[in-house]
Amino acid sequence: MSNLVYLVPLFPLIGFLINGLLRKSLSKSLIALIGSGAILASFIVSLVLFFNVKSHGGEVVSYFNFINVNKLVVPFAFQVDQLSSLFLLIITGIGFLIHLYSSAYMHEEENEHYGRYFAYLNLFVFSMLLLVLGANYVIMFIGWEGVGLCSYLLIGFWFKNNNYNYAAKKAFVMNRIGDLGFLLAIFWIIAKLGTVSYGDVFASVSKLTPTDITTITILLFVGAMGKSAQIPLYTWLPDAMAGPTPVSALIHAATMVTAGIYMIARSNVLYSLSEVAQHLVAVIGIATALFAATIAIKQNDIKKVLAYSTVSQLGYMFLGLGVGAYTGAVFHVMTHAFFKALLFLGAGSVIHAMHHEQDIRKMGGLKKYLPITHITFLIGCIAISGIPPFSGFFSKDEILAAAYEHSPVLWGIGVATAGLTAFYMFRLYATTFLGTFRGTHNQEYHLHESPSAMTIPLIVLAVLSVLGGLVGVPEVLGGHHELHQFLSPVLTSEVKHESVHSTEYMLMGVSVAIAVIAILFAINKFSKKPELRDADGFGKVLENKWYVDELYDNIIVNPLNNLGAFFKNIIERKGIDGIVNGVGRLVTYSSRQLRLLQNGLVGGYILFMVLAIVVLIFIWINDNFIFSFFSKHF
Amino acid sequence: MPIQYYIILALALFCIGVVGVLVRRNAIIIFMCIELMLNAVNLLLVAFSKMHNAALAATNAQAGVEGQLFVFFIMVVAAAEVSVGLAIIVMMYRNVHSVDVNFLNRLKN
Repeated sequence: MSNLVYLVPLFPLIGFLINGLLRKSLSKSLIALIGSGAILASFIVSLVLFFNVKSHGGEVVSYFNFINVNKLVVPFAFQVDQLSSLFLLIITGIGFLIHLYSSAYMHEEENEHYGRYFAYLNLFVFSMLLLVLGANYVIMFIGWEGVGLCSYLLIGFWFKNNNYNYAAKKAFVMNRIGDLGFLLAIFWIIAKLGTVSYGDVFASVSKLTPTDITTITILLFVGAMGKSAQIPLYTWLPDAMAGPTPVSALIHAATMVTAGIYMIARSNVLYSLSEVAQHLVAVIGIATALFAATIAIKQNDIKKVLAYSTVSQLGYMFLGLGVGAYTGAVFHVMTHAFFKALLFLGAGSVIHAMHHEQDIRKMGGLKKYLPITHITFLIGCIAISGIPPFSGFFSKDEILAAAYEHSPVLWGIGVATAGLTAFYMFRLYATTFLGTFRGTHNQEYHLHESPSAMTIPLIVLAVLSVLGGLVGVPEVLGGHHELHQFLSPVLTSEVKHESVHSTEYMLMGVSVAIAVIAILFAINKFSKKPELRDADGFGKVLENKWYVDELYDNIIVNPLNNLGAFFKNIIERKGIDGIVNGVGRLVTYSSRQLRLLQNGLVGGYILFMVLAIVVLIFIWINDNFIFSFFSKHF
Repeated sequence: MPIQYYIILALALFCIGVVGVLVRRNAIIIFMCIELMLNAVNLLLVAFSKMHNAALAATNAQAGVEGQLFVFFIMVVAAAEVSVGLAIIVMMYRNVHSVDVNFLNRLKN
């Protein structure tokens, strides 16, 4: 097994190099073949690794010493265990489907940009694999930065549009703020324990004081906030929708944004020792879930709705992590990857059919034009709404049940958010697919179902969205929760369920009932008469995302810009430039004056010579006095 | 005679020479002033030579003759230098019909 691990990230790296270097000379079909083939190869190796882990357990494979300074040794090592092999499958499996989808979706691009796109995508998969495979925090950090870079490159993929570049920069900067927290946490661990390998760190937690653990976990969580778009660093994710839709599906829904969940699940030993950090994670998670869900209700851009939905679902996962339901959170990562990738790809299919129209108010009635997209999108909506037996139900229910044991208030907000989720998803569904078509005649004439390279991933993901939850059927419903058993060697700090069955039935019943009511209400409200006007009153606040972007602009961005302008205009222009130019002007001026001394009259020269000699003689005579004067005062 | 008299005389001659070089414009006068400075130094040389060897002079009539020899040597060299300098002045007069040194300022620019 150990001789296979390195192949997993190697294939995408090779794909990246080939596509990146030869993008101008390869044909489009060859580029797509290399790009997708690399991920497929990784997926096959991942499958082998997964079954190996399943039967033999995990192991750490060390290749060489990445850093070796004094007592600190950071090995370049991969850790293949239950948690990372599960993520490997999600990343390479969904990654492959999205590569396949991209080959059709991006087909209008020129050859060179087509190659660039696949190169970035492969580099992203490579970085993401490094992130989850790394056996210590440093290797994870390399992948962590790599995915951030690829996210930046792909959001700004259409770099001729300046707004997209701003969105890319925003995403990068916000991620960097989080990364600083992550980096500080790593330094803290190194300072206290002298090692960053997961095994060593978790084995020696007893050496850490409670303050250390709390600080480390909170700093790690700051990193997770940036990467996984939690309050207060979430605003980059909706803007990240500037990138191509498959990128949104892969990076900003299924994989990269779940890196924060992976990191905390990986560090569950640390988190379970810090009450404060767990509370913080849970509160931030549920607050983000509710907050983003309220914004999603009033968005009219099909991708923006999904983006806020992603933020909201990520909040759920953090809620799960915060209340100790690590399996639930990882389970939700998996199911969310299925149905959110499905929804994004479905949205991509709609956008493709509508010729890059993203406003749902100009759609409607697409049911009969895009039958496959419609069915699969509907499945995704049901899955995310948490209707049994679709996958979203099981994972969301597990988190909510754990939250209920922790505090009924968290559960109440969680269920309310679930209701909002169902509502906005079916608002989106009804406005897009039901009713009558509201676009132009030209668009209507050209409406068509997407090619099979796009519909096959949709179908596969739809099947996964339906069946994906069955790996985690709780005992109360007669299952064994295979995922829980599978992950238990890694997630050792999992809080055990102790609630009685009747309570669990009640919890499930309430959340499902609320979701169903919300769905029926949304379909009833929006299928016949979608809201086409701009919202007013409170709706306007929601449509403008609670004015959080404006708030950030006013309290952070603008003061920084003003400070920058001050430094540029006053300090730089007047101060630094003034000194530099002043020295130049002084030399010019004084040399112009001194030039007049060279008047060609021998008498003048001799006069200066004589004066100089007199001065020198004076100095020579008084040298003792002068030297003592200087040595005394300087 | 005390050595101070020689020094003061030499200093006076030297200063006259310096001032003459500085204030006069006539090349011949400047030249003469330079000679004046040269001879002031010569005077000092021979005076110091005499002073340093005063103790030996009682027994040895040859004592201190090196300084005087140097002075003669300098005078010979100075005579050669004078001939060159005068030749330059003659050439200058032939070219610009003047011996005013301020007239020769074309190197200024």
